[in-house]
Amino acid sequence: MSFQLEAEVAARGFGVSLALAPGETVAVLGPNGAGKSTLLSVAAGLLRPDAGRAVLDGRTLFDLPAGPWLAPHLRGTVLLAQEPLLFPHLSVLDNVAFAPRSAGAGRRSAREAARRWLAEVDALELAGRRPAELSGGQAQRVAVARALAADPQLLLLDEPLAALDVAAAPMLRRLLKRVLAGRRAVIVTHDVLDALMLADRAVVLEDGRITEDGPVRRILERPRSRFAAGLAGLNLVSGTVAGDGLLAADGAGGLTGTTVTGTPDPAAATGQPGIAVFRPAEVSVFAEPVHGSPRNTFAVTVSDVEPQGSHLRVHAGGLYADITVAAAADLDVAPGMALYFSVKATAVEIYPA
Amino acid sequence: MKLFRPVGSLLLGGTLAASLAACGSGTQNAAPASSASGAEDGTLTVFAAASLKQTFTELAKTFEQQHPGTKVALNFAGSSDLATQITEGAPADVFASADTKNMDKLAAASLVAGKPENFATNVLTIATPPDNPAGITSFADLAKPGVTVVVCAPQVPCGAAAQKVEAASGTTLKPASEESAVTDVLGKVVSGEADAGLVYVTDAKGAAGKVKEVPFPEAKDAVNTYPIAAVGTSAQKELGAEFIDLVTGEEGRKVLGAAGFGRP
Amino acid sequence: MRPASAGPDGRAGRRRRQSAAGSPGLPRWILLPAALGFLAVLLPLAAMAARVNWSEFLPLVTSPASLTALGLSLRTAAASTLLCVVLGTPAALVLARTRFPGQQLLRALVLLPLVLPPVVGGIALLYTFGRRGLLGQTLEVLGIQIAFSTTAVVLAQTFVAMPFLVVSLEGTLRTAGNRYEAVAATLGARPTTVLTRVTLPLILPGLASGAVLSFARALGEFGATLTFAGSLEGVTRTLPLEIYLQRETDPDAAVALSLVLVAVAAVVVAVSYRKTFTGALDAAAR
Repeated sequence: MSFQLEAEVAARGFGVSLALAPGETVAVLGPNGAGKSTLLSVAAGLLRPDAGRAVLDGRTLFDLPAGPWLAPHLRGTVLLAQEPLLFPHLSVLDNVAFAPRSAGAGRRSAREAARRWLAEVDALELAGRRPAELSGGQAQRVAVARALAADPQLLLLDEPLAALDVAAAPMLRRLLKRVLAGRRAVIVTHDVLDALMLADRAVVLEDGRITEDGPVRRILERPRSRFAAGLAGLNLVSGTVAGDGLLAADGAGGLTGTTVTGTPDPAAATGQPGIAVFRPAEVSVFAEPVHGSPRNTFAVTVSDVEPQGSHLRVHAGGLYADITVAAAADLDVAPGMALYFSVKATAVEIYPA
Repeated sequence: MKLFRPVGSLLLGGTLAASLAACGSGTQNAAPASSASGAEDGTLTVFAAASLKQTFTELAKTFEQQHPGTKVALNFAGSSDLATQITEGAPADVFASADTKNMDKLAAASLVAGKPENFATNVLTIATPPDNPAGITSFADLAKPGVTVVVCAPQVPCGAAAQKVEAASGTTLKPASEESAVTDVLGKVVSGEADAGLVYVTDAKGAAGKVKEVPFPEAKDAVNTYPIAAVGTSAQKELGAEFIDLVTGEEGRKVLGAAGFGRP
Repeated sequence: MRPASAGPDGRAGRRRRQSAAGSPGLPRWILLPAALGFLAVLLPLAAMAARVNWSEFLPLVTSPASLTALGLSLRTAAASTLLCVVLGTPAALVLARTRFPGQQLLRALVLLPLVLPPVVGGIALLYTFGRRGLLGQTLEVLGIQIAFSTTAVVLAQTFVAMPFLVVSLEGTLRTAGNRYEAVAATLGARPTTVLTRVTLPLILPGLASGAVLSFARALGEFGATLTFAGSLEGVTRTLPLEIYLQRETDPDAAVALSLVLVAVAAVVVAVSYRKTFTGALDAAAR
């Protein structure tokens, strides 16, 4: 028993294939406009793809273009959005009782179920309130209870923590961790912490395609996509493995054609596509070229400088370097300036793509 | 509440004067007053009952031909509307009413110059759709069950006349509708909504082909008389008198008679 | 004559004052055309009120004919408002929530009575429900005659009032969006359940103000009724037709009744304004 989805939405350049095992939670990561919400809408039945097929526990949700298309209310897929979207005219209790009532339960038994789910999310004391009387965190907790009360076979969460303030987010994150354990769910997020805490597996969606799929930790430690590298806070260079180095491929910013020397994974054989990663903090910045092996030196042009905690992050040639404010002042770093980024070979990890 | 009145009349008067001035100059440009009759303004404004539209338009044309450089501005509406407008200060030179009541009303307000002259009469007739679906042949037929009859409301002259005929003939009508204007009665007959309607002879003649006229002898019990008079505030009573002469004279009788109006 | 003090009391008033204080303000000369604009609407109403014969006011407006006309007006306007709600709500839902070819054209046509001279509406109705009309002939065979009946008045009023409901409700629906409906559907609610338990309660304020506007429009209906329904006391002579007729013989009565109609319309508009106002506030609070 599993969930499988393949869908094409031509107008949005969207083409995704995704499978979930029972009880598995998958995080969907990706930049804005990559198609994360499209994925959820297609699964929930709110957006009709041009072609594709989805099966949930043996039931066909859709089989397009020729086959069936199941309406949202028949799917057993419940959507929890960024905003709670509690029905403003119903009390908290009746909001949570909405799904049981829709499934045909009587008013009393639906409310009983609603109380159980409110207790589950520690919000029973809010039962009598109106949605307008709730804080953002409270409202999202109630929305979680409302979604769970529908007994979903697949829970779809669209950045459920994004609209919450910093004080309310941790509590809801803990709540989601509890309720998502052992549940089949797809959670769209741009927060790597959410993915780590809440999901067993992550997929990275870029330009409507899945570019990475694997355990969250693996994706963060050994990213293969620029987006995942960004999430993990790593510099990423893709190319071809060449001995103990990597010949940077096209599209690697100012590094195209350069060889990055590093510490290759035993599995990385010469001639294979590979990835080199290193931390921005390991990068030193100089005004003149520095020599001395084993070291990489890249001539770059500064595109941006931004404060990052106690240090400055220098963007140049598609790479990042984190340097101290004092060092930046010495060099007088400014956009447009030609600099040299230097990183020790021991700090560069090379693995197969 | 009284406070508003002077302000209102000031503003309305001002606007009216401005727009009239614009009209006047426009007219003069179009047709310079070169007449020998010595009229200060080349335009004679005639307020006439709606039922006179066709005949007075024709007579006005004749008048303009006889008085080169003079233009007749015609304003047609219900007689009571016209009387009200004149009472409120509308600049009319001549008033032709479809009944004596509204002329009396104007006279009571000292707005009539000289004595009103009766120039035409009008009587009621039955109008039916061309195929006369209810087979109406007499006034009594209108009271037959199942016949949809439309008349004017008693408050307006044609309705008052209908009531008189009813009283004189001893026939009580059960109208489906009592309209505010005789044109609305005619409209309901033309569209086929009503089997019959009580309208003036002139209205039936004007809609010839679209309605069938069924004359009835009891109509003589309610003869409507049309009076005409110069308005007291008119600046061109002389020109007005000439127009009244035309209407009451031979030319007028000819045109009015052709439209179905009777002699007073 | 400071424009900033014109705001009503309450939250919106305060907000308006704040924004007025923060904005560079209007040029002073605009007050003159603005005042003329207000006068263009208010002066005729004031002039009419000034002409009311107050000593005779009560007997005039409580005469049997007046009361009959007022009663008929209220009954027919209520019936046509009901018809507008029952038929106009689904129409607004279809316009706001679906997409089909020719939708823009359909919307434009449905809103046409807003700008059509009422007498044209009357003629159109005549050719539809009249004895020789499109449906009238069939109805006549069935023994139903609509012309000269109170039903005709209700049809005429519905014809002219429906667009008010449809246009205001469609706006409400579009503003509300369909996100709540999407959530309700994924929670397992059938389309009918979504409509009755989510959509309709959410748009209730908009529906109420649309209904009130329709009622006001129906109450003032004159041209289409005169053309299509006729004028008979107690059957088809509504208050506007009574005023039109009274004007012939008793201008005092006509003015007095006009003032009653203005008063009823003013109350209706005030209620409607408050409804949309509070509705907007609720939406903002959410």
